[in-house]
Amino acid sequence: MKRLAGIPASRGVCIGPIFQFLRQELVIDDCKVENAHAELSRLNDALERAKQQIDVIYQKALKESSQADAEIFQAHKMILEDPELLDEVKRKIENGKCSAEFAMKETAQTFSDMMAAMSDEYFAARATDILDVGNRVLRILLGVAESPTAQLKTPSVIVADDLTPSDTVLLDKTLVSGFCTARGSATSHTAILARGLGIPAVAGVGKQVLEEKNNTQIILDGTQGEVVLAPDDATVHEYQQRIETARSLQVESKQHAQEAALTKDGRQLEVVANIGNVEGARSAIENGAEGVGLLRTEFLYLERNSLPTEEEQYQAYRAILDVFGDLPVILRTLDVGGDKEIPYMGLEAESNSFLGQRALRLCLVRPDIFKPQLRAALRAGVERNLKIMFPMVATAGEIRAARKVMEECKQELRAEGKPFAEGIEIGIMVEIPSAALVADQLAKEVDFFSIGTNDLSQYTMAADRTNPRVAELSDAFYPAVLRLIRSVIEAAHKEGKWVGMCGELAGEPLAAPILLGLGLDEFSMSPPMVPVIKQILRNLSAEDMQPLAQQALEMESPQEIQQFVREKVPFIAELI
Amino acid sequence: MKETTVLVNNKVGLHARPASLFVQAAAKFNSNIQVSCQDPDTKELREANAKSILGVLTLGVFQGMDITIRAEGEDEEQAIKTLADLVENNFGEE
Repeated sequence: MKRLAGIPASRGVCIGPIFQFLRQELVIDDCKVENAHAELSRLNDALERAKQQIDVIYQKALKESSQADAEIFQAHKMILEDPELLDEVKRKIENGKCSAEFAMKETAQTFSDMMAAMSDEYFAARATDILDVGNRVLRILLGVAESPTAQLKTPSVIVADDLTPSDTVLLDKTLVSGFCTARGSATSHTAILARGLGIPAVAGVGKQVLEEKNNTQIILDGTQGEVVLAPDDATVHEYQQRIETARSLQVESKQHAQEAALTKDGRQLEVVANIGNVEGARSAIENGAEGVGLLRTEFLYLERNSLPTEEEQYQAYRAILDVFGDLPVILRTLDVGGDKEIPYMGLEAESNSFLGQRALRLCLVRPDIFKPQLRAALRAGVERNLKIMFPMVATAGEIRAARKVMEECKQELRAEGKPFAEGIEIGIMVEIPSAALVADQLAKEVDFFSIGTNDLSQYTMAADRTNPRVAELSDAFYPAVLRLIRSVIEAAHKEGKWVGMCGELAGEPLAAPILLGLGLDEFSMSPPMVPVIKQILRNLSAEDMQPLAQQALEMESPQEIQQFVREKVPFIAELI
Repeated sequence: MKETTVLVNNKVGLHARPASLFVQAAAKFNSNIQVSCQDPDTKELREANAKSILGVLTLGVFQGMDITIRAEGEDEEQAIKTLADLVENNFGEE
């Protein structure tokens, strides 16, 4: 039995056999061929197959993953069709009498090296793409299975160095009980995928896990960030009991999902959901969400060639609002920027897109995008409990500018005789440190705040949450972030405004006691977490949590704070 | 043979999405199309096949550089016009 510590990447615990996700080594000798013509025809067949494979992956990624993931495969296809690359491969076969495999391998390597030498992150990514495409063609030529998971037959824990989007797209998710990676972080592709699927994952456990044999038993604790290799019977038994306890707590939470989140000392919290489409709306209701704390509207803009019309948006918002009846729904206006490709918007790539012209900043200079959305929202709000929220606010001036556009929309609608929600409430996301620091000023301009902890963490800690080398720093449990949250809540309450939270922290069980103690009014999270957070809040007293929260904020690290919460509120640790 | 020189004035130059658009547009023509530019430091002339994404990317064309597009073939005129328009309109960006 061996225990390895890693990074908790996706909650949950599982026990199962190891499946090593190993790319077969492609051995290629420099052998001369007699018949160059036959070799060229083998190459052409392989290229054709590769194109088909990439098309399949592209379509699958579009359906199951994001547009950004899918676009990786479009880039792959362009490389596969590149005349410079293909001419070089063909030249090697015709003149050098190389085998198709050798010619392909050498050429891909040359082009990849050329890209890698350009010392620019963009080119480095292309260098990997070229090798990825080259290896795909090589596997076809050599008759090696496209994905190592062809051998995966029973539910297993996937163990890998790290997984790329092209690895995970092809994975049969019903056969994956967990992920364990030697490298990677809580924000790596694998971690995000695992959280989306609701299966446990541990990242960064180190290379030695790669040496374990297939089918060795492994216990994966994605909540604590630990794995146990070849556990003894007593350990298996202990974990089985934990899984059992967690399951019954979950069942219990589910049973009470539709009941209010009333704390032991009688404070009623609002527990709502983050959604991005009508399916999410239904799941929110099933899980007992008391409304929507974050309606992402990007879905209306993706995978199309032109802006959605006001009417299309009105219909879409109305369809979602109809699911919620009188319950509050907070619509966040469009949150896109340089890192999200929406080709028809003509956005320029920005060298530092997280600090660029995104979200409200973009909307304020693009009335052609902003106004139809505001008009659609104003109209959809008629006789519904709709509120509007602006993302990426840094200054009070931006709120006033946004309000001005909204007033223009109202005047237009009035002149056109179209009914709209006259007194619609306006809020902002607090996700930029500057907004948190002047929350007292901003509170005067709005009806409510919603704290976006993912961005607030990465901006406060100056750590890109998509960069695995620093992502660990982008953690909302750092006291710097928690203290900003405290001051935002205090400032808003002084102005008589309520504060919600729609970042990942709001759905994190270990954070619930702290947030309750700091006085948060509304918790918004992915629908499956709603019953769990409600159940936790019901078992806590708001008054008791106040000193706990203040004490936690005096600590120095996320680990220290989480351990402290586990000790003070032991039942949360059982929730795995 | 036809050729024209245009200023690349969009923000990222011939990289990322603009590079893809350029190559995709070039690939629609039967003519042989070459694109060249002068290295801003060494003044050395670099040339690439306009239908090759890898070739175009490695040219390293940034904002403010001139590129020369040369086409030879039955549809050379249309090819030059289409590609020059694309560059001059900043690849549809604003």
